[in-house]
Amino acid sequence: MNFDWSVIISNAKFLLIQGLLGIGYFGGGTLRLAIPAILLGFCTGIVLGLARLAHRPWIHYPAAIYIEFIRGIPLVMVIFWFWFLVPIFLGRPVPEYWIALTAFVIFEGAYIGEIVRAGIQSVPRGQVDAATATGLNYIQTMVHVILPQAIRNMIPSLVTQFIVLFKDTSLASIIGMMDLTKAAQTVSQRELRPFEMYIFIAVVYWVCTYSMSRFSRWLEVRMSPEKAS
Amino acid sequence: MLIYGFLGIPYDFRWSVLWESPHGTWILDGLLTTLQVSAFSWVFAVLLGIFFGALRTVPYRPFRAVATVYVEFFRNVPLLVWLFFWYFGAPEVFPETIRQWFIRHGMEFWSAVAGISVYHGARMSEVIRTGIQAIPKTQIEAGVSSGLSVGQTYRLIIIPIALRLIVPPATNESLNLLKNSSLAMTIGVAELTFATRQIETYTAKAFEAFSAGTLIYLVLCLSIASIMNRIERKFAIPGLIARAERAEH
Repeated sequence: MNFDWSVIISNAKFLLIQGLLGIGYFGGGTLRLAIPAILLGFCTGIVLGLARLAHRPWIHYPAAIYIEFIRGIPLVMVIFWFWFLVPIFLGRPVPEYWIALTAFVIFEGAYIGEIVRAGIQSVPRGQVDAATATGLNYIQTMVHVILPQAIRNMIPSLVTQFIVLFKDTSLASIIGMMDLTKAAQTVSQRELRPFEMYIFIAVVYWVCTYSMSRFSRWLEVRMSPEKAS
Repeated sequence: MLIYGFLGIPYDFRWSVLWESPHGTWILDGLLTTLQVSAFSWVFAVLLGIFFGALRTVPYRPFRAVATVYVEFFRNVPLLVWLFFWYFGAPEVFPETIRQWFIRHGMEFWSAVAGISVYHGARMSEVIRTGIQAIPKTQIEAGVSSGLSVGQTYRLIIIPIALRLIVPPATNESLNLLKNSSLAMTIGVAELTFATRQIETYTAKAFEAFSAGTLIYLVLCLSIASIMNRIERKFAIPGLIARAERAEH
């Protein structure tokens, strides 16, 4: 057991620029996948969460079935489905990046949808009545009254889910997308230094996720002045 | 037979690939391996979770710090990275002869169990910590003032109550563990996802293979969820857990 940590320095550029940021020949990139996936997954989640709370059964049931279905299967399975289905539907090969992005949005949307539903249900019913009484319609009530309060209540679980999503992007390496994990795999196969490589990317992932969770705690305090003490 | 039923795209369905020899046994063996990996990892994860979760609430700062470092480091790094670490990286610290012995004795299985249990142990200890902290502090004080040691208070009062409080989040976490066991395929454990991939590779019948895998995971998760739902209701502490009523929307 003799470690050679210099292997990290000599490969840092490939790991961080190509693997983490996704700038380079291979495309991909952990952050380049995670950021759009988080944004689009959040939008999908809001739509699904609202749909699940809708009165009309033809909106309510499809959303409920979709959420329960996705939550019952592993992400790897979803990624494989899209890996197989998307090229068939489009009739041409599709880069792994787009397959991974589609799979993540579809998958995480279901989880975020549940968080959104819980967040909306945490807003007192009187708020809806008050908004309706002042003459706002359903969309206005949601956008101006319910969602701002609901999103504040959701922040802790929402950021937890974003962190989960960020970590889940490592699964894109299974279908060959060049993210941080795949980059480390490639380098460790060439340098035969798996111990150092995986510890290094573990630290990189940790720095990203831990700063996300610190940011969430800060945001939570900032958005709810009554909790700051 | 060519069926044009698949949303207008020509696809030759052949469901029999799922039970033709040897594919049927692949699926069954895969399911068995999934259950084995999950069961072993679950036991270790729960033990780690109870230990570190309780440690994070004790009134001794150094103990809390150790537990916090474990939880924050292991749960904030992707499970896949941990699996690669435990399979490719960790054995590097052992001499060659021991490593060869590992490889001969199903290293990928135990690497997967190690990776999944340490990762989910960290997540589980958060669930258990939240459960413990939901118990009023007066319970600990009452236990200590009636002559129990802190250890006894935890063992006899706090942990039994916390375990019942945490049934719903712990179920959720256990289902996550079951679903995450599919990642063991990446280090060569022949579990369910591995088996479906293998059938797809051998027969090019991706639709059938993935459907089988998806269906099995779905049945597993939904049945565990419904069993746990029943258990939750049975062991609920009267007066302590108000089951969250669905808001009328």
